[in-house]
Amino acid sequence: MGWLDVFRSNDKKTSAQTAKERLQVVVAHRRGGGGDHPAYFPQLQQDLLAVLRKYVQVGDDAVQMEIEREGDLEVLELNITLPEDSRH
Amino acid sequence: MAKIIVVTSGKGGVGKTTTAASFAAGLAMRGNKTVVIDFDVGLRNLDLIMGCERRVVFDFINVISGEANLKQALIRDKRHENLYILAASQTRDKDALNQEGVERTLNKLAEDFDYIICDSPAGIETGAIMAMYFADEALVVTNPEVSSVRDSDRVLGMLSSKTKRAKEGGEPVKEHLVVTRYAANRVGKGEMLSLDDINDILGIPLLGVIPESEKVLNASNSGTPVAMEDNADAGQAYLDLVARFLGENRPMRFTEAKKKFLDRLMGR
Ligand SMILES: Nc1ncnc2c1ncn2[C@@H]1O[C@H](COP(=O)(O)OP(=O)(O)OP(=O)(O)O)[C@@H](O)[C@H]1O
Ligand SMILES: [Mg+2]
Repeated sequence: MGWLDVFRSNDKKTSAQTAKERLQVVVAHRRGGGGDHPAYFPQLQQDLLAVLRKYVQVGDDAVQMEIEREGDLEVLELNITLPEDSRH
Repeated sequence: MAKIIVVTSGKGGVGKTTTAASFAAGLAMRGNKTVVIDFDVGLRNLDLIMGCERRVVFDFINVISGEANLKQALIRDKRHENLYILAASQTRDKDALNQEGVERTLNKLAEDFDYIICDSPAGIETGAIMAMYFADEALVVTNPEVSSVRDSDRVLGMLSSKTKRAKEGGEPVKEHLVVTRYAANRVGKGEMLSLDDINDILGIPLLGVIPESEKVLNASNSGTPVAMEDNADAGQAYLDLVARFLGENRPMRFTEAKKKFLDRLMGR
């Protein structure tokens, strides 16, 4: 480490680190969980899509799901993106 | 028996054709009889990169439809007697590629060649699937950039579900990561994903790293695969990649930023 580093803030994330973290989430998601998601995850996602499509036209990636774990609490986080013109 | 290798990526413009041309050239330079096929029907470019655009009379689609035979359509490289190219059609649409026709052509080529390199079009549709369908191995070309890495992951998903090997439940297609347009100085500054980052995310073995290099554009201007150029960093990187593919142990090069004098002084 050079002496100039003293003046640099160390806790600032580089943009490459941000990119990596975001990619790890999408890749784990596509791969059906990367070991972290329950086995029913992909099927649940498909079922939710099917239900949604009774009412609105959405693409294959409209339903994003994540499991958040905090201690022994598990939260299923569901993110549904509607198309822009879905309100009429 | 010939080995079929697809050069694929999902995302467009990441360096598939550049890689297919130099990979094929490198294999041929090492004494392997090699043919490189352009699967980008309607948008052919491999002929330009290989410098044989004025010698294309018949193309891959002519062969599939029976309008020409392979002997008529194969173009022999003027620099290396082991290297051949099969051009894509400029006029037809991608529906002209049918699975039986592709299989028939590949089988015929396999009688004669050691390596068959398939240059895939971008995207995840028919053309890309056709290019990977019969592959034994795959070079997944990725730039250190978010959308390219994500698309490579999708392509990995296709290799393990949409190929002949996947459908017939045989041994899976062997996957190799090729990182191209790597700018080591930007990686050093934390502005661009590093090799380790990409490796961590995609989890397939790294076959080679090709630096971002102006030599690539120069080579394409003159219709020479960059691997055939002397003193081109990107060309050397492709030759290393070929050597590794053939089982040699070669350390990665061009992965460290060149340090500026002032940086060295300050120990950065
Ligand atoms: N290592 C490199 N350094 C600098 N430029 C590069 C490098 N590799 C490729 N390029 C440039 O990137 C552009 C796209 O390359 P190329 O045609 O090989 O990509 P592609 O993946 O085949 O594109 P497409 O998806 O359209 O088929 C070209 O202009 C090429 O010169
Ligand atoms: Mg191309």
